[in-house]
Amino acid sequence: MATRREVFGAGITSVLPMLPGIAPFGVIAGLTAIGTGLSTTQAMVTSGLIFAGASQLAMLQLIADGAIPAVILLTVMTVNLRFAMYSASLAPHFQHLGRGWRFPLAYLLVDQNYATSIQRFLHGGPDGRVHGHWFYLGGGVTLWLTWQTSTAVGVFMGANVPSGLSLDFAIPLVFMVLLVPALRDRAHVIAAVTGGLVATLAADMPLHLGIVAGALSGIAAGMMSDPRTDQDRDS
Amino acid sequence: MSETALWLTILGAGFGTWLLRLSFIETWQWLSVPPLLDRALRYVPAAVMAALVVPALVRPESVVDLSPDNLRLLAGIVAALVAWLTRNVLLTLAVGMGVLWALQGLG
Repeated sequence: MATRREVFGAGITSVLPMLPGIAPFGVIAGLTAIGTGLSTTQAMVTSGLIFAGASQLAMLQLIADGAIPAVILLTVMTVNLRFAMYSASLAPHFQHLGRGWRFPLAYLLVDQNYATSIQRFLHGGPDGRVHGHWFYLGGGVTLWLTWQTSTAVGVFMGANVPSGLSLDFAIPLVFMVLLVPALRDRAHVIAAVTGGLVATLAADMPLHLGIVAGALSGIAAGMMSDPRTDQDRDS
Repeated sequence: MSETALWLTILGAGFGTWLLRLSFIETWQWLSVPPLLDRALRYVPAAVMAALVVPALVRPESVVDLSPDNLRLLAGIVAALVAWLTRNVLLTLAVGMGVLWALQGLG
């Protein structure tokens, strides 16, 4: 039977192929934070506490646009709603642990760590569940260190990057790569098309609620075009 | 935004995000995920990412612009093809930024 140390190491190895995709995203998050006018401390605390790139960039964009804090919080929560879905999916595998484990493990929950861990827990056979939380911890810590380090690189580059390079365009480019795997079937495509369309039309709404309006409309459109019930929960 | 408001926003966003992550891990023993919510959550990634991408491409200057003069839309379409074919962040960034800079250089 695998030892904790071996399982922890396997968790680290499982996320290594994803790091080249995360590092540039983190650099952009750091650069953008400084470009938006955050202090070095604020930029690092943002990455440290939120630890979720898409929502951090959406937050920075709204700060730059002068949105009020309540709308910024609502937008961050909307962008991060997917964590509730991951939380539900991982929950049965963490129930034997106390809060001393569950609280920090929840903090480390991100897309990549979810994907590799749920794969191991569900399809890894009996071995996949031995010390499962150590596997998840190995991946989570690795992703966390990569995210904080790359953010720091962006933060310290920040002041030295010449303006006029249109670097803010990197933000939608990163989101595109995250969007592609989400377009799994017709219903998901309808959700995306609706979300994009409504967000565009609602961009002039007062209070900068365009992203929230787009996301909620997209979710509703996806549900309406999907007649299936919850039989395919684990698909 | 004042410094205090900015700090509170950052702290609130961090705490709120952690609560979303903890939500069902913590409540699973006494609360099952409502089926309707389970269905809704599945569409979050597609709807949210599109809501972030599309406005950035089609209304870069706060006005919807679908003409060839919208360089970000042109570069974005090329980058979307790269993202679709490779799913590679670095390559998509390189091609998207490269095409935008080339078009800006030509203009």
